[in-house]
Amino acid sequence: MTQKAGDQELIVYKSRIKVPYTWSVGEVGSRFLTEIKENQKIWGTRCPVCDAVFVPPKKTCTYCFVPIHEWTEVKDEGVLQTYTIARYKTDLIPQDSPQIIGIILLDGADTGLVHLIGEAPPEKIKVGMRVKAVFNKDRKGHILDIKHFKPI
Amino acid sequence: MENIAVVGVGQTKIERNKLGDTFADMVYEATKKALDDAGMTMDDIDNVITTSNDFWDGRTISTMAVNDACGGGLAKNMSAVEGDGTFSAFYGMARILSGVYDTTLVVSHVKGSESENVLITNAIFDPLYMRPIGLDSINSSALQMRRYMTKYGITEEQCAKVSVKNHKNALKNPYAQIAMDISVDDVLNSRVISDPLKLYDCSPVSDAAAAVILAGGDKAKKAKKPVWVKGVSYTADAYFLGDRDLADASALDKAALEAYEMAGIEDPLNEIDVAEVYDAFSYMELMWYEGLGFCPPGGGGKLIDKGITEMDGDLPVNPSGGLLSGHPVTPGGMIRLIEAVLQVRGDAGEHQVDGVKTALAHGINGACGQSHCVWIVGR
Ligand SMILES: [Zn+2]
Repeated sequence: MTQKAGDQELIVYKSRIKVPYTWSVGEVGSRFLTEIKENQKIWGTRCPVCDAVFVPPKKTCTYCFVPIHEWTEVKDEGVLQTYTIARYKTDLIPQDSPQIIGIILLDGADTGLVHLIGEAPPEKIKVGMRVKAVFNKDRKGHILDIKHFKPI
Repeated sequence: MENIAVVGVGQTKIERNKLGDTFADMVYEATKKALDDAGMTMDDIDNVITTSNDFWDGRTISTMAVNDACGGGLAKNMSAVEGDGTFSAFYGMARILSGVYDTTLVVSHVKGSESENVLITNAIFDPLYMRPIGLDSINSSALQMRRYMTKYGITEEQCAKVSVKNHKNALKNPYAQIAMDISVDDVLNSRVISDPLKLYDCSPVSDAAAAVILAGGDKAKKAKKPVWVKGVSYTADAYFLGDRDLADASALDKAALEAYEMAGIEDPLNEIDVAEVYDAFSYMELMWYEGLGFCPPGGGGKLIDKGITEMDGDLPVNPSGGLLSGHPVTPGGMIRLIEAVLQVRGDAGEHQVDGVKTALAHGINGACGQSHCVWIVGR
């Protein structure tokens, strides 16, 4: 398809940007991802002031602006707070369309974990339903070592 | 606060695919219109702030690439803001208040059509925990919409009414990209994009540029048609989606309260005559009614049901058609400010609301309205 402005054909130049990055996960994130990888366990950190348990864990409290040192294990199951069923295809989506994304409040955590929902037909998914982590067999120390959460 | 005025505004038409214009061409058009509107030349401008997003432009320090189009190439002090134009206008105002400058030109531009929205907005999210899940501006907003509906019993019909209202208002705005007379059923029956978001709940991909000229001191007093800044504030909320209750916009609550306090507004629904808010998705307008104090938390659905925000209601919201009718990402909020200024001046053409003395403009930044900027302007 070409377009014209008066007699002038308009040229559209196609290119892309590709830049490699390395991102440090940090001490706290490394411990979190290592527990998932080695032990299939999910850990958070607890704020000494407001008692909030953050999953993924944080080194400082979002709400109190203080350092956090205490670790606490949370359950690998919890409640689905909200979800969406994305019905478009993109390069990003790590599973076939439709892609179901949810925010899950794990038992023992105070912040929601954004993750994929699987092993469930879209019409069966409901806010408030209980879901449980399904871990990949081959784990690499990555958030997608949790393959998805499935209804229980 | 010392008196600061918006003394000139300019915008390009919002379009899907501005093939004939480069970024610089769009920026020049908006800048020239703002200068003409103010009755000024580049000699009257003390400094320039540009607004864009490197990811959307496809180059680093993208704002530097448009300096010749907005006067920065004429040896002006030039600075940049990455994000929405309401935030760069705030910075422009702060530069005047510093006492160093009397006038600031603030421009913003984007071409949403030249890249892929899903890939660009995925990069908003942290690379470790949220980006690998495939989040983007659409599916993250869908998460927010369902949380909002669940917490407050807001219905898809109520959200659809926003789309019907704004697309209809756009029929009278020559700058709008998508203007149409549709029904609630048309919205509900439109293609599901990311459940519960349907096609007509979503703003389009857009290209545009916008510019405002701010002035203080004598330059403001001598301006042809000054519109005075009565109150302004912005605040930001937590970055991780799971750290916030997505049904509430506490950053907007705070920003609005601060702006109202500065403007001496106690009852926003009655004291504000028209509002232009950042309706990137239909449900957002209802959420922002609540954050802006037009109704109590959870009251957004009732407000639209009662027709209060329609063109003939007590507080018309988005008479321009809002972002649902054209969503150039970084000029998005700046165009809200421009529309608010035009309404106060009585220059809004066919979508003018009668007798506007006080208008509100709202911009957002970040995923699911992580930060909010609120402007109150008036005579
Ligand atoms: Zn705390």
